[in-house]
Amino acid sequence: MTTCDVVVVGGGPAGLCAALAASEHGATVCIVDRQDRLGGQLVKQTHKFFGSKDELAGTRGFEIARILSERLARLENVTVLLEATALGYYPDNVLAVEHEGLFKKIRTSSLIVSTGASERMLPFPNNDLPGVYGAGAAQTLMNLHGVRPGDTVLMVGAGNIGLIVSYQLRQAGVNVAAVVEAAPVIGGYAVHASKIRRIGIPVLTRHSVKEVLGRETVEGAVIWQLDASWQGLPGTERRVPCDVVCLATGLTPLVELLWQAGCRMKRVPELGGHVPVTGEDMQTTVPGVFVAGDAAGVEEASAAMLTGRLAGLGAVHGLGLCPEYERLSKEARRNLASLRTGPTSDKVRAGLKKLEEVLQ
Amino acid sequence: MTLAETGIPSAEQVKSCYPPAEVRGRGPVAVFECFQRIPCDPCYWACPRGAVLEFQDINDLPRVDWARCNGCGLCVARCPGLAVFVVDETYAPGEGLLKLPHEFYPLPAEGEVVDALDRGGSRVGEARVVRVVGKRRGDTPVVWIAVDKSLLRDVRAIAIRPRAVRPRDGGESRV
Amino acid sequence: MLPGEPGGFGGPNMRITDHPILSFARGKPVSFVFEGITMQGFEGEPISAALHANGIRILRHSPALGRARGFFCAIGNCSSCLMVVDGRPNVRVCVEKLKEGMTVERQAGKGRLAVTSEEPGL
Repeated sequence: MTTCDVVVVGGGPAGLCAALAASEHGATVCIVDRQDRLGGQLVKQTHKFFGSKDELAGTRGFEIARILSERLARLENVTVLLEATALGYYPDNVLAVEHEGLFKKIRTSSLIVSTGASERMLPFPNNDLPGVYGAGAAQTLMNLHGVRPGDTVLMVGAGNIGLIVSYQLRQAGVNVAAVVEAAPVIGGYAVHASKIRRIGIPVLTRHSVKEVLGRETVEGAVIWQLDASWQGLPGTERRVPCDVVCLATGLTPLVELLWQAGCRMKRVPELGGHVPVTGEDMQTTVPGVFVAGDAAGVEEASAAMLTGRLAGLGAVHGLGLCPEYERLSKEARRNLASLRTGPTSDKVRAGLKKLEEVLQ
Repeated sequence: MTLAETGIPSAEQVKSCYPPAEVRGRGPVAVFECFQRIPCDPCYWACPRGAVLEFQDINDLPRVDWARCNGCGLCVARCPGLAVFVVDETYAPGEGLLKLPHEFYPLPAEGEVVDALDRGGSRVGEARVVRVVGKRRGDTPVVWIAVDKSLLRDVRAIAIRPRAVRPRDGGESRV
Repeated sequence: MLPGEPGGFGGPNMRITDHPILSFARGKPVSFVFEGITMQGFEGEPISAALHANGIRILRHSPALGRARGFFCAIGNCSSCLMVVDGRPNVRVCVEKLKEGMTVERQAGKGRLAVTSEEPGL
């Protein structure tokens, strides 16, 4: 059994920033990630990120992952376990991890859970056929492994992920037949929508996929218009030739570890589903267990970096290693609030308010 | 149909960000087609001449000092939303120059004739490629095209015409 | 024509060679056997990527209804991509890395664990 001051589960932007904040204050840090490299979802992102200079705005996602990982690699008190799956956190402050085929234990009193979120499934006939992929899966295949997912894609969902992946598909030489969005408006940023409209990709609001066609693989799809109650309108069916259907219909926080650790959870639809109840310091109701990034509520990479920093600071503050905690955490909270003032953060702010109400 | 429904700004929205006629008459100038308040300010940091004013709130839309803008196009390459274009109405008689971001391979060659697309992806004419800046993999290439002056306000993308013999690579348009 | 794919999904150009932003550092070329047919891939890439590049998307058939399944999440979360690799069932081919000479087979229904006489206590 090894011991570590702070253990971070999930090495995406939130986890990396949490680890940086903690190790900069002298804590020994261990990052546990089940992928074969650090960076989380950033490693697949080829577009330039928004946000502010401090959060590396204007830098391509995979570059942000590299920059953060390199900053971490220069620190001596950080251990990284890759292809390691966290299994559970126990009342005697032990985190169980599966790594290299072995069952390992790490004792720590400060756990930061930054496990991100996963893609939602959408129910429709033949949604289980090969060729129906999460939008993130298409990204992994083309941006990490250099393989095209197919010839022509139907994208379901016009949030940021649906719009961005559509653009990336065209960059990889894959056609996008259309983006369908059930809501009356496009959910993602207008600039992402504009850049796919001008290269000829149709975006159809108030539309959804009715069913996928094919015997053993995707051979086509049928889309239809939705009425005001989000029900399909018979008679509006249109056949779309495609061999891949990508689902980008929302993310749900990955919070199994937090349930298992006994954290108080609350279902907040605006944040993507169940999230742990936390204070301003990102600490859950289990002392010493913190949460950061999309696991705390589905948002953006820049918010993940800041909530990660807050969780890292909170962890070292709890260990008595951070004399400047008040000043540093106030600054991080101010930057986070500033990112969240715009209209595109209305939903997140509403969700966070619901969480606050629980604590009162 | 609104920007939020279609991804295409209205004529009024475009007008609201378009530089005044007397500014356009002086030479190349940047057009910031940014209409939504999102947390983002790399354009401010990109401009070496201070033509983009400092942001009071990171969600603000960019404000431009036209007197300082010389249409160099650095902002075109840096905007994460690929929402900035440079228009030059003084380029040649009857012809305008447009600098636009184009992140697809193969890149067009100088002198090549390409299809000119509007904000909805419709082909509205043709354009001649004058220059391509930023050709290293990973850059945001900025393509300079000469188009009929009447198309300067509408053209916002290009499509490479299919060439005779070419393997299927990233960037080939199938419009 | 590759086995089991109606309509011949894929084609010779599934591998991306000229991306505007990314360069792909591929491992050394290796051979592997899928359902008795020798195919090419790159060492260290996920088996599912090598299969995809060879036009194979059907990875298994479901236990109850025998429905064709492929991958879904591609990061080891969802269990859609389970195949039999070198005789081991329930291998998540979206994260399992390709090695020279691997045998890869579609899993029919639930996996059957091979039990040998060396297993202690059995």
